[in-house]
Amino acid sequence: MSGVHGSTVSRLFVPRDSRVHRLSPEAKLVAVVAVVVVIAMTPRRETAAFALYALGAWAIIATTKIGLLTYLKRLSVIIPFVMFALIVPFIGGGESVRVLGVSLSVDGLWATWNILAKAGLGATMSIALSATTPVPELLHGMTRLKVPRLLVAIIAFMLRYIDVLVEQLGRMRRSMLARGHDPRWLWQVKPIASSAGALFVRSYERGERVHQAMLARGYTGVMPTVSEQRASTKEWLAVLLCPFGAALVLTVAVV
Amino acid sequence: MSASSISVRELGFRYPGEHHDALRGLSIDVNSGERVAVLGPNGSGKTTFVMHLNGLLATQSGEVRIGDTPVVESNLVEIRRRVGAVFQDADDQLFMSSVREDVAFGPANLGVSGAELDELVERTLERVGAAGYADRNPHHLSGGEKRRVAIATVLSMDPDVLTFDEPTSGLDPAGRRELIDLLSSLTQTQLIVTHDLPLALQLCDRSVIVSDGRVVADGPTSELLANVELLAEHRLELPLGFDPSRL
Amino acid sequence: MHAPDGFLEPSVAVITAVVALVAVSAGVRYAGRELGDRQVPLAGVAAAFIFAAQMVNFPVAAGTTGHLLGGALAAVLLGPWVGMLVVSVVVIVQAVLFADGGLTALGYNTINMAIVTAFGGWAAFVLLRKLMPRTSAGVVGAGAVAAGISVVLSAAAFSIEWLFGASAPVAFDTVFGAMVGVHVLIGVGEAVITGLVLSAVMASRPDLVRGAAHLSDDELNATSRVGFRPFVIGSVCAAVVVGVVVSQFAASNPDGLERVAIDNGFEESATDHALSSSWFSDYATAGISNESVSLAVAGVSGLCITLLVGGGVVSASRSTRRRQTA
Repeated sequence: MSGVHGSTVSRLFVPRDSRVHRLSPEAKLVAVVAVVVVIAMTPRRETAAFALYALGAWAIIATTKIGLLTYLKRLSVIIPFVMFALIVPFIGGGESVRVLGVSLSVDGLWATWNILAKAGLGATMSIALSATTPVPELLHGMTRLKVPRLLVAIIAFMLRYIDVLVEQLGRMRRSMLARGHDPRWLWQVKPIASSAGALFVRSYERGERVHQAMLARGYTGVMPTVSEQRASTKEWLAVLLCPFGAALVLTVAVV
Repeated sequence: MSASSISVRELGFRYPGEHHDALRGLSIDVNSGERVAVLGPNGSGKTTFVMHLNGLLATQSGEVRIGDTPVVESNLVEIRRRVGAVFQDADDQLFMSSVREDVAFGPANLGVSGAELDELVERTLERVGAAGYADRNPHHLSGGEKRRVAIATVLSMDPDVLTFDEPTSGLDPAGRRELIDLLSSLTQTQLIVTHDLPLALQLCDRSVIVSDGRVVADGPTSELLANVELLAEHRLELPLGFDPSRL
Repeated sequence: MHAPDGFLEPSVAVITAVVALVAVSAGVRYAGRELGDRQVPLAGVAAAFIFAAQMVNFPVAAGTTGHLLGGALAAVLLGPWVGMLVVSVVVIVQAVLFADGGLTALGYNTINMAIVTAFGGWAAFVLLRKLMPRTSAGVVGAGAVAAGISVVLSAAAFSIEWLFGASAPVAFDTVFGAMVGVHVLIGVGEAVITGLVLSAVMASRPDLVRGAAHLSDDELNATSRVGFRPFVIGSVCAAVVVGVVVSQFAASNPDGLERVAIDNGFEESATDHALSSSWFSDYATAGISNESVSLAVAGVSGLCITLLVGGGVVSASRSTRRRQTA
């Protein structure tokens, strides 16, 4: 199940002066997705390939200048699946091998490696993207990549109001604590759930007011275009080095 | 009648599902360039009235005109450019991911784009004292900053009329003063719905009291505020120690 | 439930991605039809709400906490298309910005957490609503149980995906038993929370609940108390019963047969079954003793999911058309 996110939207972006920060968002988006796809397609036994990927990831972490600690903190989101991956050799079938007196499935061990490697690398790329790209830029990048305007707009509004709602929830929770309600059991959940219900109503009503504010400023159902900066060819070439590099590694390994 | 005058005749309105009228024959004329404070108890219909001016509420009975233009469905695009409404909660108006995009939203809908749009955004932000805020996240602004940026989002459309709904609520004293300074520097016709009676006195030569869906008093602000019984009748009170006659 | 990259094989990732893409595009179109130009602010704010609601720590037992999935809740509140779209947006943003869920896993994550829960939940809700009294409490009760069911459907869907694209040598029946078993319990929490949230919304703005749109004002005000404590106790009992039954199935994969498979070598047992077709993941089908039972279970759950999700879509389209002509 989804865990609590360590940072809400406004804390995602970590401002630094790095080459990655300065790249266009659409180039970064394409590069990240391409790299993750290549990694996910890599057969797990190609450990050499993964070693090179890891080197690449290290290079990216270093170039973004955000600090390993930030990556590790945000990587904690994959912990539940790490847990599952660690259990697999104990419950998996097939050939087994004895390690320290315990029978472990060989295939299970490979599966553990597969999940950890791919999950870890994939998550690292996502983290690099969101930490180096401010939300408005990311949204522009998506629009330039022809993601439907309406969808981008919905995402934009979602991101804009998450922090507002989370703050409201926090206030509701503090007011409950102040009145001595610190629930531990499911049947004590009523006030929290009622607050959530109240939050929905308030959010919906806010959505209606925002709609009116949009109408008042001439909204006709189509989001207006804003700046049209495009990524330069040089940027595209530089950034696509990553997925091409990864694909090259994959091809060499498999062939 | 100039382009930025307001004329409202016998406005009536009932919200769907309600059993009583929110507006019962509200009439008012505002001249071009005038600044009028709209006072009255909560629930009197002040906000409902103001929402008719830019067509957010469709007229059920009566008539609203901005200059010569009646506020009807076919004129809404023009009306909404000419009437800028500043809402009570700035977070409802700052719905984009950056200040720049919020201020640009209105003019972009009107067809402005490119360098012209960027320049307009910068100019408008300077006008409201928020120069350099363009790339900031609206969520991180203070109450006063949000108010000013919200004003910028409608000012960028070059309106003739401005309406404000409780512009000073929630502001600290310095923020309040900055806002009053800003409002007094704007030349558009202004309708200011407010509970802040000292603001009304400072900014608006004329005030109206709206109660129970209609205008019950209309005159020079100083006169209205001196009439303690009239104020009390409509749940209005001057702040302790505030004596308009001494100013 | 936010599976990371590499959790399922690429073939499954690709197919589910295509399905999810089609569904989300359809969602944008249908949401536009239902909400008009209010679509952007309302869906956006609703998505923010679901995201925030998923962050809330709901107490479960002795201080441990659980979280809301919210697909069925979104469907009952906003209608199945908008609900599906809203939760999909949440899943996408969580993957891209928060690394919660792999980018290559977006296909099956979206299906499991948004599509199956919203449409399956809606279908279950519509069916249950017929059994409940035509009152606010009826809507709340139906919504609550539908939410519980949606979570189980979600787990079953994941297990079926595992059948086709497992990346680890854990048999389908083990995964199915464990996933569905655990999620029956999680479903209880989801049901309780969804019911309470619905109840709160119905109390102040019933017009915001799409699932109550069929009720008249009188019906909305009529009271029919569905006791809260008995509801929780009843759900826990039902969940325990179902959980026991389901885990029996998983346990019926006897250790004995695994040892046999190991003794004979992994490859041999793989070729021994009737199902060495490349359709099914070697892992998921290897070592299954009652393979016909396994596949029957997979088939039946798949059918149920398809029926409910499909039914949800049909019901949604029909009611949209009805409202448009009204």
